[in-house]
Amino acid sequence: MQAAPTTQTTCPYCGVGCGVLATSTPEGIEIAGDPDHPANFGRLCSKGSALGETIGLSGRLLSPRINGGDAGWAEATYLIADKFLNAIRDHGPDSVAFYVSGQLLTEDYYVANKLMKGFIGSANIDTNSRLCMASSVAGHKRAFGSDTVPGTYEDLEEADLIVLVGSNLAWCHPVLFQRIAAAKERRPNMQVVNIDPRRTATSDLADMHLSLTPGSDVALFNGLLTRIEQRGAIDAEYVLAHVAEFPEALATAKGDDPAKTGLDAADLAEFYDLWIRTEKVVTVYSQGVNQSTSGTDKVNAILNCYLATGRIGQPGMGPFSVTGQPNAMGGRETGGLANMLAAHLELTNPIHRNAVQGFWDAPEMPEKPGLNAVDMFDACADGHIKALWVMSTNPAVSMPAANHVRDAIAACPFVVVSDLFPDTDTAKLGDVLLPATAWGEKSGTVTNSDRTISRQRPFLPPPGQARPDWQIICDVARAMGWESAFNYQSPVEIFREHAALSGIAGGLGRDFDISGLADIDAADYENLQPTRWPVTVARRGGRFFGDGLFFTPDGRARMVPVTHQPLATATSPERPLRLNTGRVRDHWHTMTRTARAPRLSQHMAEPYVEIHPTDAEALEIAAADLVRIESDHGHVIARALVTDRTPKGSLFVPMHWTSLWASEGLVDTMVPAATDPVSGQPELKGAAVSAAPYRPAWYGFAASSVEPTIMDLPGIGYWAKAVTETGWRLELAGDVTPFCWETHARLLFGQSAETPVASFIDRSAGRVHIALRDGDRTVGALFISKTPVEVARAHVIAKLQDLAPMQLLAGRPGADQPDTGAIVCSCVGVGARTIVDAVAAQGLQTVEEIGAATGAGTNCGSCRPELRAFLIPQMSKVAAE
Amino acid sequence: MADKLVVIGAGMASGRVLEHLFEDSPGAYDVTLFGAEPRGNYNRIMLSPVLSGEKTYDDIITHDADWYDSHDVTCRFGEPVTGIDRERKVVISHGRETPYDKLLIATGSEPFIIPVPGNDLPGVITYRDLDDTNAMIDAASKPGRKAVVIGGGLLGLEAAAGLRMRGMDVTVLHLIGHLMERQLDPAAGALLQSELERRGIHVRTAANTHEIIGNDQVQAVRLDDGTEYPADLVCMAVGIRPASTLAKDAELACGRGLQVDDRMMTSDPDILAVGECAEHRGLCYGLVAPLYEMAKVAAETLAGEDAVYTGSTTSTKLKVTGVDLFSAGDFAEAEDREEIVLRDAAHGIYKRLVLQDDKIIGAVMYGDVSDGPWFFEQLKNGIHVGDARDMLIFGPSFIQAIPLDPMAAAAALPGDVVHPCRSGLTIPTTLARAA
Repeated sequence: MQAAPTTQTTCPYCGVGCGVLATSTPEGIEIAGDPDHPANFGRLCSKGSALGETIGLSGRLLSPRINGGDAGWAEATYLIADKFLNAIRDHGPDSVAFYVSGQLLTEDYYVANKLMKGFIGSANIDTNSRLCMASSVAGHKRAFGSDTVPGTYEDLEEADLIVLVGSNLAWCHPVLFQRIAAAKERRPNMQVVNIDPRRTATSDLADMHLSLTPGSDVALFNGLLTRIEQRGAIDAEYVLAHVAEFPEALATAKGDDPAKTGLDAADLAEFYDLWIRTEKVVTVYSQGVNQSTSGTDKVNAILNCYLATGRIGQPGMGPFSVTGQPNAMGGRETGGLANMLAAHLELTNPIHRNAVQGFWDAPEMPEKPGLNAVDMFDACADGHIKALWVMSTNPAVSMPAANHVRDAIAACPFVVVSDLFPDTDTAKLGDVLLPATAWGEKSGTVTNSDRTISRQRPFLPPPGQARPDWQIICDVARAMGWESAFNYQSPVEIFREHAALSGIAGGLGRDFDISGLADIDAADYENLQPTRWPVTVARRGGRFFGDGLFFTPDGRARMVPVTHQPLATATSPERPLRLNTGRVRDHWHTMTRTARAPRLSQHMAEPYVEIHPTDAEALEIAAADLVRIESDHGHVIARALVTDRTPKGSLFVPMHWTSLWASEGLVDTMVPAATDPVSGQPELKGAAVSAAPYRPAWYGFAASSVEPTIMDLPGIGYWAKAVTETGWRLELAGDVTPFCWETHARLLFGQSAETPVASFIDRSAGRVHIALRDGDRTVGALFISKTPVEVARAHVIAKLQDLAPMQLLAGRPGADQPDTGAIVCSCVGVGARTIVDAVAAQGLQTVEEIGAATGAGTNCGSCRPELRAFLIPQMSKVAAE
Repeated sequence: MADKLVVIGAGMASGRVLEHLFEDSPGAYDVTLFGAEPRGNYNRIMLSPVLSGEKTYDDIITHDADWYDSHDVTCRFGEPVTGIDRERKVVISHGRETPYDKLLIATGSEPFIIPVPGNDLPGVITYRDLDDTNAMIDAASKPGRKAVVIGGGLLGLEAAAGLRMRGMDVTVLHLIGHLMERQLDPAAGALLQSELERRGIHVRTAANTHEIIGNDQVQAVRLDDGTEYPADLVCMAVGIRPASTLAKDAELACGRGLQVDDRMMTSDPDILAVGECAEHRGLCYGLVAPLYEMAKVAAETLAGEDAVYTGSTTSTKLKVTGVDLFSAGDFAEAEDREEIVLRDAAHGIYKRLVLQDDKIIGAVMYGDVSDGPWFFEQLKNGIHVGDARDMLIFGPSFIQAIPLDPMAAAAALPGDVVHPCRSGLTIPTTLARAA
């Protein structure tokens, strides 16, 4: 028997960079974790496990489009070349810009950067990594002289203490979380401290959770540095030999006040002493640190503590920035940020510039940084940017002041969008749409958070006229007249050039050097196994800075004096609440892919807001109410999740929902465009908002086998839709009660007056249930209520085609049909009720027992922190307090 | 020596009184039973299956000669009572007198004959007893004959369905806009009508009969609008009225029927009445369930016990094979009433509950009547609906304490105060109990 063809590739979601095995089967593509990949050793999270469900072609952009009409590649390519050349001729090179993405492969990134910085002659290329880890880049550079992640994933397992700062690792980097959890299980003495204003799924693993005041991380780590000094824990010898500006940084830290964290002095002392007495401590930080107007200072506040103790470059210790995107690191390596050059070389350094210019044989090079993301869209708004090219990202959703960004893109005279789908919020604004290839179709490399370069390999043919981004960019570059500089035939040619350039950088004393791969042949590139950089004649992989040498002119690391700064936007009586934003477990970014996987929408099928019970009570918001949240810049409507996970005065709303999936879910419309003065990264987690219940005349829920057409309905105040195994699900609310719900249901499900209707109507109670059935097929079921609709959603969705209309209208299972409840484990499809019943009936004590009894948590394990919530120990916890 | 009990009427009500009496107080009375029909007690409500051919007369006999013998009942079947002399405490029949100590009147009801020309023509019959049934069976025995049933109520439709099953070409003429308006609302009436039409029964609603045409035999029915329906048989089933002539002549207090108190006593304490002839608290009943309840009370009163009848809540099932229909209580629309309606036109299912003061006061069901008795139970017992209202019409198997998801985002985290499955609806156990 012939083995099924299996392709070894890399997951396209977060920065963990897990190896994935994709196997073609008659049923479709089967996805499994690559047991040999050093990032995941076979593990995958819920998102990665569901990759097979995201590769269908429905809704894909399959041909270039110009002003909405299909066009050929030649036509589109020359139009783009003309528009860009005209703008450059008339307004100079800085009148054009690329906004690119951590989704691009290194090879795509490399040619985009080369075209803008080497040939157009502007540095106006920035990436959505600006929203993700620009502060870490800037902090690294200030401290180390280079954007270097010193450690490796193994350090997470070797550490005796892991401090998570601003990171919901359990949901955002689930495989790393599981590696830590497994290590902690092996070595129960390992401690985990979670520092986050919110209690999250990550807190499940934590021995200590510090709910600090949002934005007070600098004060927290300044306090730690002060305490390190007080306790005599400074490694004076190390500091003397390898660190500069220690006295200034310490003095500044001493002047800061840890009380600004809002934490108990005893808790602070406990954490500080734990940190100080545990040499092997890794501090993992993510968006809670980076997405801040003092993000760079936060990074340096953490790095200062490591430099003062010399705990860097050794196994099981060090600072560890984890990135949110699959190739954020590759983007940094190729120079995808407007203030970088290429290969970790400095744009403002003439020696670096000349080296790159010579290497590229480039006509002209910019001497100053280009526009970072926020400034770039401002420049679109004020007319300075005449031509904009957005690649693989959705700034109309993800940027702060998203409404402003949307208007800015719309105002730009010429906008090109390369993407998979024509209907993203950003693609809708494009003059020219270019069909790019997707994960599974692309070939190239990505770099994960611990510097491991892995291959993304194709296992599907490019659909329609879709082309890889590198090819699209090179075609435009050649059409602009730079024939020879962009005459690549395949990604390996680009990769070799990238590796060769890194050799020049290495020669100039930079950290990023993969010159050992500069001569890789096509076959070896094809077979390239995960490889941690650097890759040179002298060394391969490993940790940085173990030798105490840094990439500064004098080789010494810098401690940076930093002081706590308040968040950019103050709360006020009008906007009394702090808005935190972030990811959910089963969605990623703006949901262009994860929203296509039914099982990933089961977990959180609509935008929601975590609100503390005290705030909820004061605002008269009950669980499952709709809440209108408003800042000076925009608003969203989201479902109330009343919980003390979020502290008093602080709301949490996920970042994912776009206008494709919810009527008012764009959380970044509320976020002001305040940025970190060093990194330019926006403060995405610190808006000041107000909240009020949105009280519609009616609430609705629908499940259907056809895509609902919400736009046809009058008086809709809120909607959120998602795909399901049986079609679609929809949450609705409206301000006007229609005269005839039947007509409404027909409109919603696109049915004529002939489709038979079954209905349940309790008019005085305001309850209407309608099912439309076309022959043997249920078209849709609509449930209307005056209060948030109480329906066994999972049951209705799962049984949409199995239930007779009468049973369907009941909206809940009868006595003989058990209901699974809301889905907790997406992979195996296990619901809350199933788990509750199993725990009660079988007296289950552990997450493992739940797994054995129900299957929940036995695949990817991402839900395991949630599973723990179903065990009874909540009671014992109360008893213990 | 035992007291003399005379019973007028050998129908289902008196039959049930005697059963109770003989069981609870054997030998208390010497019983004399008069019946206008020349036969004993049979289950009148099962005449429709006899008409349709699904049962025979023998199948529906409830008390046979042996039963009367074994209880020493003196039977006077085929001997109508023509008068009561309360002074002398005797009843008069066929010119003879029968003395009583206690008298039970259970004369039932008589069909209402609409006052139109031709209503007495041969071939015009009512639908009340076995003779009527046999007349209809006779009429249907010749092929190709046409029947017109005047009255689309319970009885008329059962007659129509039976005649249709016997092969007649049947038309139902109904005065009101929808069938069975006393039991059904217009929507259920329409469903029923289309089911009957599917079986080949013609239905004309809002049909006001003007006259019945014929010389020495009925030929047709003509409506006010001039439409004529040819007919070899006309069955008049427009309603019944209490048979209280005898009581009126005896100067017992009468309204629409013979008035009784809660003990089933008439204005004369030695005379009791039960069944369709009786009027209790202003109401006359035409269904079997209340009649049985009255019978129990009457038997207890006769036995000298304190018993009280407070009235009945009624439910109806149409006895037409394959037509599932259930109706109970009051379902007229009113200001202070609320209704819950469930319908599935494609599957011919219709259910309607009428609520008042948080209780079910009326229920109509068509197509799926399996929960009918349960609703009737809730209705009779005056159970408060409460939180179960949402699921009420779906029946007892859906009314359980199943918590529901009020929102799509329901993930819980360790230490959450609110358990994900503890929110949502719970149902009071009083209503959760399935009858």
